[in-house]
Amino acid sequence: MKYIAPASVEEAVSILAGGAAQAYAGATDFLPQLQMGRPKPEQAVDLKRIDRLVDLRLEGDTWVIGAAVPAVRLTEEEQLAAELPGLVESAALIGSDQIQSRASLGGNLCNASPAADSVPAMVVDEGRAVIAGPGGMRTVPVASVVTGPGQTSLAEGEFVVEFEFDRPPARTSDAYLRFIPRTEMDIAVVGAGVRLSLDDSGRCTAAAVALGAVAPTVVRVPDAEEALAGRALTEEVLAKAAAASEAACNPIDDKRGTKEYRRRVAGVLTVRALKLAAARAADR
Amino acid sequence: MSSTHVTCTINGDQVEFLCRGDQTLLDALRDTAGLIGVKEGCATGDCGACSVILDGRLTCSCLVLAPEAEGAAILTVEGMGGPDGLHPLQEAFLEGAALQCGICTPGFLVAGKALLDRNPDPTEEQVRYAVAGNLCRCTGYDKIVRSILAAAADMKEASEAKETV
Ligand SMILES: Cc1cc2nc3c(=O)[nH]c(=O)nc-3n(C[C@H](O)[C@H](O)[C@H](O)COP(=O)(O)OP(=O)(O)OC[C@H]3O[C@@H](n4cnc5c(N)ncnc54)[C@H](O)[C@@H]3O)c2cc1C
Ligand code: FES
Ligand code: FES
Repeated sequence: MKYIAPASVEEAVSILAGGAAQAYAGATDFLPQLQMGRPKPEQAVDLKRIDRLVDLRLEGDTWVIGAAVPAVRLTEEEQLAAELPGLVESAALIGSDQIQSRASLGGNLCNASPAADSVPAMVVDEGRAVIAGPGGMRTVPVASVVTGPGQTSLAEGEFVVEFEFDRPPARTSDAYLRFIPRTEMDIAVVGAGVRLSLDDSGRCTAAAVALGAVAPTVVRVPDAEEALAGRALTEEVLAKAAAASEAACNPIDDKRGTKEYRRRVAGVLTVRALKLAAARAADR
Repeated sequence: MSSTHVTCTINGDQVEFLCRGDQTLLDALRDTAGLIGVKEGCATGDCGACSVILDGRLTCSCLVLAPEAEGAAILTVEGMGGPDGLHPLQEAFLEGAALQCGICTPGFLVAGKALLDRNPDPTEEQVRYAVAGNLCRCTGYDKIVRSILAAAADMKEASEAKETV
């Protein structure tokens, strides 16, 4: 395996076009996978020397986060943490401080684990992925990138350059909560990302709910979103959203939890995340 | 197999070495630079025994490819003490009996330093989160946490004493 660190997006595109190369960022999934016996690519293409991939900036009303920016930098960017607290808290949950120094949103998404923590938050915040490849650049919703465990819609030679998130309007906020059997360093049993907007009376005008780790890919919960839109967040309405989340799950049984348990936790976390996002939205 | 030439700073000294593209920084530090204080526990990012401070950030050297070190500044446990003796964290670990077999110790020391560099006065909870990526099989966590807190207090006292001189 040869190491290559291209200095520009164009250079990376030409190296990756061969098909024998693999792009990586923090290597917190990539190197453990090689250790576990996955075949090594001929070339390991380090994306971290490309300025655009490690840049984090506000461009007009859009946050642009380079695909290789390590999670710790999201936490350090106070304005981002204030405007998209759910997105930042989801990235902050990825691993230990050692992992935070390296793990990127691009790697978290493209590794395509059903339990990837940042993905439900990116989905409810309607993130867009800017993708470069042999055919040029294209921008797609984050929600369309992962197609199954370990599978993405990226074509051969394509890679994510950066993510775009529109700054939320007033009285709109997000939240991400995950449940793990320990308090740190474990994989989500369920992750719940939500975003909602409130009117002046505190009624919910629009909501987005997405769940991680309960199906082969992150699932949106349109029934919960419909139950919330246009209503005050009464216990009755929240219970409807919880029931919709439970119904949207298609979980597996494993050592971290049974199917029934995961379903139940998905409902509980949905309600808690909604309450948190509502409190944040009311403050903006 | 072709080698890459790397120039970087390790523990304050400029160092040059040759490495392969599939070699980790952990292997280069141990096998090429002879810094065997950096330990391999798992090689998959789970145990923190290989922790170094890379360009100011705590990192598992087993998750870094050696050629990535080009131009970087790296601190390993070997760089913690100085001409005047041990680092206050090392003193506190000795004093607090915060080790048994010692395999995890360099990683905890480096993680402790990374914490105290950015937060000289951490709470116990902050210490526990800061070492959540470090495993100790001899289960000395309490002594380790207390020793990091003791080092923070010692360092604070020392810097206050300096100010009043
Ligand atoms: C100890 C430990 C704890 C962890 N804890 C968590 C956790 O709590 N939650 C969680 O979600 N994950 C966790 N992870 C997994 C991992 O850290 C995250 O998925 C991380 O976000 C991956 O980012 P990375 O930059 O390191 O990706 P890399 O390892 O560099 O890449 C991952 C995959 O994505 C591809 N890729 C990377 N960047 C791009 C790009 N820009 N375009 C296209 N493809 C790309 C690579 O080819 C590779 O297949 C943990 C890992 C470890 C080792
Ligand atoms: S050897 Fe690097 S984390 Fe265990
Ligand atoms: S002292 Fe033995 S592993 Fe920690």
